[in-house]
Amino acid sequence: MNMFAQAEKQQPEKTGLAMNREVVMKLAPLLSLVLLCMFFSVGSPYFFSVDNLMTIALQTAVIGIMAIGVTYVIITGGIDLSLGSVMAFSGVCAGLAATVGMPLVVCIMIGIAAATACGVVSGALVTKANIPPFIATLGLMMSVRGLNMVFTDGRAIYFLDYPVFSTLANGKLFGIIPFPVLYLFAIGLLAAFILRRTIFGRYIYAVGSNEEAARLSGINVQQVKLMVYTFCGLLTGIAGMILAARLNSGQPSAGVSYELEAIAAVVIGGTSLAGGVGTIGGTIIGAFIMSVLKNGLNLMGVSQFWQMVATGAVVVAAVYLDNLRKRSK
Amino acid sequence: MSDTLLVMKKITKRFPGVLALDGVNFEIRKGEVHALLGENGAGKSTLMKILSGVYQKDEGEIILAGNPIILNGPLAAQHLGISIIHQEFNLCSDLTVAQNIFIGREHRNGWLLDDNKQNQAAAEILKSLNLDISPDTQVSSLTVAQQQMVEIAKALSCQSRILIMDEPTAALTESEIESLFKVTRMLKAQGVGIVYISHRLEELAIIADRATVMRDGTYVGTVNYQDTTLDELISMMVGRDLDNIFPVHHSAVTEEVVLSVKNLCRKGVLNNVSFDLHRGEILGFSGLMGAGRTEVARAIFGADPIDSGSITLNGKQLAGHAIGDAIESGIGYLTEDRKQEGLALGLSVETNTLLSNYPRFANSLGVIDEATGSTIAGQLSKRLRIKTPDLQQLAGNLSGGNQQKIIIAKWLCKDTDILIFDEPTRGIDVGAKYEIYELMYELVRQGKSIIMISSELPEILGLSDRILVMRHGCITGELQRKDANQQNIMKYAALEG
Repeated sequence: MNMFAQAEKQQPEKTGLAMNREVVMKLAPLLSLVLLCMFFSVGSPYFFSVDNLMTIALQTAVIGIMAIGVTYVIITGGIDLSLGSVMAFSGVCAGLAATVGMPLVVCIMIGIAAATACGVVSGALVTKANIPPFIATLGLMMSVRGLNMVFTDGRAIYFLDYPVFSTLANGKLFGIIPFPVLYLFAIGLLAAFILRRTIFGRYIYAVGSNEEAARLSGINVQQVKLMVYTFCGLLTGIAGMILAARLNSGQPSAGVSYELEAIAAVVIGGTSLAGGVGTIGGTIIGAFIMSVLKNGLNLMGVSQFWQMVATGAVVVAAVYLDNLRKRSK
Repeated sequence: MSDTLLVMKKITKRFPGVLALDGVNFEIRKGEVHALLGENGAGKSTLMKILSGVYQKDEGEIILAGNPIILNGPLAAQHLGISIIHQEFNLCSDLTVAQNIFIGREHRNGWLLDDNKQNQAAAEILKSLNLDISPDTQVSSLTVAQQQMVEIAKALSCQSRILIMDEPTAALTESEIESLFKVTRMLKAQGVGIVYISHRLEELAIIADRATVMRDGTYVGTVNYQDTTLDELISMMVGRDLDNIFPVHHSAVTEEVVLSVKNLCRKGVLNNVSFDLHRGEILGFSGLMGAGRTEVARAIFGADPIDSGSITLNGKQLAGHAIGDAIESGIGYLTEDRKQEGLALGLSVETNTLLSNYPRFANSLGVIDEATGSTIAGQLSKRLRIKTPDLQQLAGNLSGGNQQKIIIAKWLCKDTDILIFDEPTRGIDVGAKYEIYELMYELVRQGKSIIMISSELPEILGLSDRILVMRHGCITGELQRKDANQQNIMKYAALEG
C-alpha cells in the first residue's frame, strides 16, 4: 500500500484541467444521481412526477437515517452490522410498551432508548472489550434478532390503540411531503452540522484518519468511539420508530439486511471504509441513488431479481469511481 | 578475491521536493561484507531499496556480473539473486518456518502442496546454517534472532548472490550477534556478497571488509575497513563542519527546574531513570536504538504505563499517568514516526494544528469557532514558516520538514511548556533541518524547555546544552556541552561498563 501511495505522489503537479477534474469527481455522486433521474425520466413517463419523487423520498427515509448514523461509525474506521436487527428491536420494545398500555410518547422513547442501548453495547464491546467492530456488531446482529423473536414469539405486535402513531409516519406536510422525509432532512442537517462544526465531529475524523496520532494529541479515542456507536444506535432507533409507525406494528423480523443497504449508501456517498473520509451529504445522496434505482427499474418493469444485480453493480462501480478520484490527486 | 559481483553507477533518485540520491556509486565483490555507512537520511535505505527493486532509479545503471540489469520490482531483484532483510522482518508470523522460507515458491506435487518435501528442503537449509529449528515451528514462537535466521534461510533458498542486511543486530543480544557473524562468515566463504547496513562501527570492525560512506544522498567514498580508523570513518560520515549545519548555539538555560523525573521504572524497558530539566534548556538524549530513550519520552507523556517512579512538573507531581494529564500540564510530544503516530495525514494542516486544542475554540455545546481557529492556525503557520498553499491542504501532501512544523504548531497552539522532540529531523533534508533547529532555539529563548532524543550524534552535539546517554534502559552518562564529543558519547552508549 505504502509503496503505491508513494508512487502516486510522484506524479506531476496538477494542472488547471486536473483541478476541474477533481471538482467533477467530487461531485460525482450528485451528478450520478441527476443522470440517473434523467435516464428514468426518459425511460418511464411516471417517474418524474411529484407523487413518485415523494414516494422515492419516503422509501429513502428509513435507510437514509440509519445510513447517517453508520456514516459516523465508518468515518472512525469502524462498522456496524447490527442496524437491521436493532431497528426491529426498537419496534418490538415500543410494541411491548404499547401492549401494557403506556402512553404513546413513552412507547416511542422506550423504542429509541432500546436501540440506543444496543449502540452502547456495541461501543462497549469495541472499546472496553477490544473486540473488532465487525465481530462485535455481527454478534449483536444475531443475538438481537434472537431477542426480537424471544420477546414476541415471532409474531408482530400491532399498535391498535394508538391511531396517532401511524400518522407520524404516514402523514404529509401540506398533503405533499411525507413526514419521514422531513425527519430525514432534519436529522441530516443536524448530523452534518455536528460532523462539520463541532469538536465531536472533528475528533471523529481524527480518530479515523490516524488513531494513534489522535491519542497522542490528547483525544480520548475510546470515548469518541463509544459515542459514535451510541449515536448510530440512537438514529437506528428513530428509523425503527418510523418503520414501526408506517407498518403500525413492531415486526420482529423487520429490517433484515437493512444494515447492508445503509452501508452501501454510505459507500456510494464517498465515505471510505478505511476511515477518516466521508460526508453526511454524500451518504444521503447515496441513499437516494439506491432508492431511485429501485423505483426507476420498477417503473420500467425490470424484475426484482435484476434490480438486485443492478444495485450490487452500482455499489462496486461507486467505489471504483472513488478510487479513480483518489488516484487523480 | 576481487571479482566484482555488482556495480551501481551514478544512481540518482528524486522524491517530490527532495533529491534523495545524487549520482551514488556502489560496488559489491564476491564473498565480501561491504558496510554501507552514513547518518540517518544519508540515503542508505533508498539506495538499497533501489537495489532490491522496491524503488526505481531515475538515473544511473546497475550492472550484475557484467550485464546491465533492470530492476522493475522486488520480484525481478529476487530472480536475479538479490535479497534484502529489512529491519522490520517480512515474515508471516502465523505460518511455519518452512512455509515462510518458501513463500511464493511452494513445493508442489501437481496442484497440491507437498509439505513433506518442503519441510525436508527447509530442514536442509536450516542445517546448513547450523540452526536447531524445526521447519514446522510456527514463526511467532521464535525469538527475534531466530526469526532473523529464518529471513536469512529464505534469502539462501532463493540462491541469493547478494544479501542486504539492514541493521541486522539492532535487536540481538551479544551471543546472538556472535552466531549471526558465524553465519555471515559462512556465506562469505560461499561467495555471497553481503551488504551490511549498521550504525555500530565497533561491530563492523569485526565483520566488514570494506565500507562505502554516504552523506546527504551523495557518495563520499569507499575504503578498506582494516586500513581505516574509526575517527576517519566518522569524519567521512559527518563530513561538513558542524558550524554550517547548526545555527550558532545560544544557551538559554536557567537555574529553574521545570521537570523532575525520579526513578522511572518499567520492567524490561526502563531502569531507575532520573533527571532534571531546566527552563530554557535543550537536553539531549543519546544512545543506540532500543536503549530506552523513546520509552522515557512516552512514559513522561503518559503514552505507556510505568511500574514506579514520579514525574514532577514545576514542583507539582503529575496527578495521573494519562496522556490528557501530561498535555494539560504542558507537555507536548513530537513522535519519532510522524506518519504513523504524529499526524493525521488525511486531514488538513489547520485541523492537525488545532487537534490538541479544540476545546479552546468551541462554545459549551462543542460547536467550533472556525474563524478563530483559522486565524490562530494561520498565525502559527506564518510564525513557523510552514510552506503550504493554504491551511486546507492535506497534511500528507507536505514535505517532511513542513509536517514536523505542523506538529510543533500543534503544541505551540496548546501553549506547551515542555516539548519532547523524538528524532526531530528524521527524514528531513538538510535545509529544512536548519529551520527546525532555529525554531528549537527560538522556543528555548521564549522560556520553553526541550528534551531532544536523537540518533544523530552531530545533532545531539550541535544543539544540546547537556547530554544524557542511555543504554539498556539506564542513564549511563551525563555530559555538559563543553565536555561532550562523539567518542565519549559512544563510549557511554555502546560499551559495557
